[in-house]
Amino acid sequence: MRSIVMAATTTVLALTLAACGDSGGSSDATTAKGPIKIWLSNNPEEIAWGEAMVEEWNAANPDEKVTAQEIPAGTTSEEVIGAAITAGNAPCLVFNTAPAAVPQFEKQGGLVPLDTFDGGANYVESRTGAAAEQYKSPDGQYYQIPWKSNPVMIFYNKDIMEKAGIDPENPPLATYDEFLDTSREVVDSGAAKAAIWPAPTSEFFQSWFDFYPLYAAETGGTQMVEDEAATFDSEAGQQVADFWATMYSEGLAPKEAAPGDAFADGDSAMAVVGPWAVAVYGDSVNWGVAPVPTSTGTAPEEIYTFSDAKNVAVYSACESQGTAWELLKFATSEEQDGKLLEMTGQMPLREDLESTYPDYFKENPDYLIFADQGSRTVEVPNVTNSIAIWQAFRDAYSSAVIFGKTSTDEALSSAADEATDLAGQS
Amino acid sequence: MTTETKTVEEAPPVAPRSRLATLLGRQPLGIVFAAPYAVFLAAIFAYPLGLAVWISFHDYFFAAPGAQVERPFVGLENYTTVLSDPAVLRSFVNVAKFLVINVPLTVVLSLVLATLLNSAVRARGFLRVSYYIPYVTASVALVAVWLFLFGMTGLVNQLLGPLAPDPSWLVNGGLAMPVIALFVTWKQLGFFILLYLAALQNVPKELYEASSVDGASRFGSFMNVTVPGVRPATVLVVILATITGANLFTEPYLLTNGGGPDGASTSPVFVMYQKGIEQGTPDVAAAIGVILVIAVLIISFVNKRLLESD
Repeated sequence: MRSIVMAATTTVLALTLAACGDSGGSSDATTAKGPIKIWLSNNPEEIAWGEAMVEEWNAANPDEKVTAQEIPAGTTSEEVIGAAITAGNAPCLVFNTAPAAVPQFEKQGGLVPLDTFDGGANYVESRTGAAAEQYKSPDGQYYQIPWKSNPVMIFYNKDIMEKAGIDPENPPLATYDEFLDTSREVVDSGAAKAAIWPAPTSEFFQSWFDFYPLYAAETGGTQMVEDEAATFDSEAGQQVADFWATMYSEGLAPKEAAPGDAFADGDSAMAVVGPWAVAVYGDSVNWGVAPVPTSTGTAPEEIYTFSDAKNVAVYSACESQGTAWELLKFATSEEQDGKLLEMTGQMPLREDLESTYPDYFKENPDYLIFADQGSRTVEVPNVTNSIAIWQAFRDAYSSAVIFGKTSTDEALSSAADEATDLAGQS
Repeated sequence: MTTETKTVEEAPPVAPRSRLATLLGRQPLGIVFAAPYAVFLAAIFAYPLGLAVWISFHDYFFAAPGAQVERPFVGLENYTTVLSDPAVLRSFVNVAKFLVINVPLTVVLSLVLATLLNSAVRARGFLRVSYYIPYVTASVALVAVWLFLFGMTGLVNQLLGPLAPDPSWLVNGGLAMPVIALFVTWKQLGFFILLYLAALQNVPKELYEASSVDGASRFGSFMNVTVPGVRPATVLVVILATITGANLFTEPYLLTNGGGPDGASTSPVFVMYQKGIEQGTPDVAAAIGVILVIAVLIISFVNKRLLESD
């Protein structure tokens, strides 16, 4: 009798431990097939693409039906996904996974390393090329597939430039001095309230659209944190911070958030945007586009910028991870990437984009400059405490650059110390 | 032959009460009626509070079900982190500034307005509803109106012209929190007016007549009859305004775009949101929460003692 009890207890314990250890990418889970759920971004163009893609998949795979829905409403997608991971009801795939949130999701045990799928790492690298390296986690595995980018550039309103007496076809914006002079002419002439109006607010991600693109350009593609150490307490970081500090102190960029879309409303002559802006501003603004400036006016074909990428990850709550992986490959295939490009204007993160879709770029030359820029982008660093690092940087940047309370060198130095400390924590 | 006679008067026998009967009391049905709310309190308030305290003493982060994670006991480490973080300390100073403006303003305005609305004024019903509308309207909608009023190019600055503050209200380190305090006072006023209106019904009319006979002015009557007469309501208003104010979140999040300018309007709850939800450190956020609860309890206790003493 006693031995039966012992055997039963051992069995129960073994089953319990097996169940506990079943998160992530065990070999059984990664090959399991069946119906799955996926989440799409709530952008109308992406929803249209996603629904068409799912319809195509379901027609060919009736036994592995995919159900797509928008990411449930929340303050940010990252908060909703984080809560879903904790609750254990995350979908199999999210086609809107922010690279900055990946380290946190990974720590939560919410992601499946793509390397655990047959040929996983090879697929990621063959599709994206050398740029895929930026998306590798510190443990050497891929927890996300680089999906699409929105390389950040400067949009300008040609009508406002002309009103300010500036050549609308070729406004001088290449160097910091040129950018500042052009900005002064815009504001002094009364052509617009602001030369440019990046959000001067305190959210951790706002630096991706003011400091970081210019820092990427100034350094030729350096990430904010490399080898667990902050890089921005440097001459390049100082130059970028001083440039923006001048924009704010001279009133060329307002210190208060715009009440609406300042660029669309004609309140601002320029905006920091990605290729999505082509569809958004389309015919309503007579626009032109230029690379982000550098201190020396680097040649456009050498300028780096922030990628503003959104990726796809397989979530560990998924029971049919084999289907999720197959769908992921289907959704990021050359054919589907082409459809994504056509329907959304966003750049699939694949090597040789221009040569893969020559017809599209021939028909849509407005996007060509973004495609070219897309080949030189910098991602947010894939490090521990990524969001805490960006918040620490934003707080220091707000204080010194936007509000001029402290010196820029002090701010960069203290933020760099904090970032290095946070990046080194487990 | 033997005879038995009772020589001692015995007390009438009392049926021994069972432990269950003692536990249930004389009206067991009362427990049934009280149980739903007791369960609600335990599940929605007591359990999360206890869990928050537990989290604050551990290296804790949210993890997927089944993920094997260690959550070791770290003693006071989270509290040390919190108390040595300038951003957290600043948020407590900010909310203290907020309370210093918001609570007295709420008490004074709601009492004065309730007294006026309690007297025979024209359009009394309309005015009562008008004051209550902001309270029942979503903050998000009201914030949009205040942005229109206090924005850089807003109505207030246009009216003030050259007298408009520079930097403008919401990006001015010295003015952002007072504007938020003013906003919250205005938004909550209807509720507190309602509390005072109820309290005013309990002030005996004879006291006003006596003060009038003694030659008291309307102001004298207000100070010597109304104010002492609604003292219990004032205690409630002060405590509720303190608790609501200490939980400030929506306004720094929306009105000053994330506690700006330069952290001048961050609140402890906003920092909890940043640390706990955005940055994935709920242990640090829980420590801030526990400190906040203790601080609010102390302030409320002191307020109660001060207001209840003669």
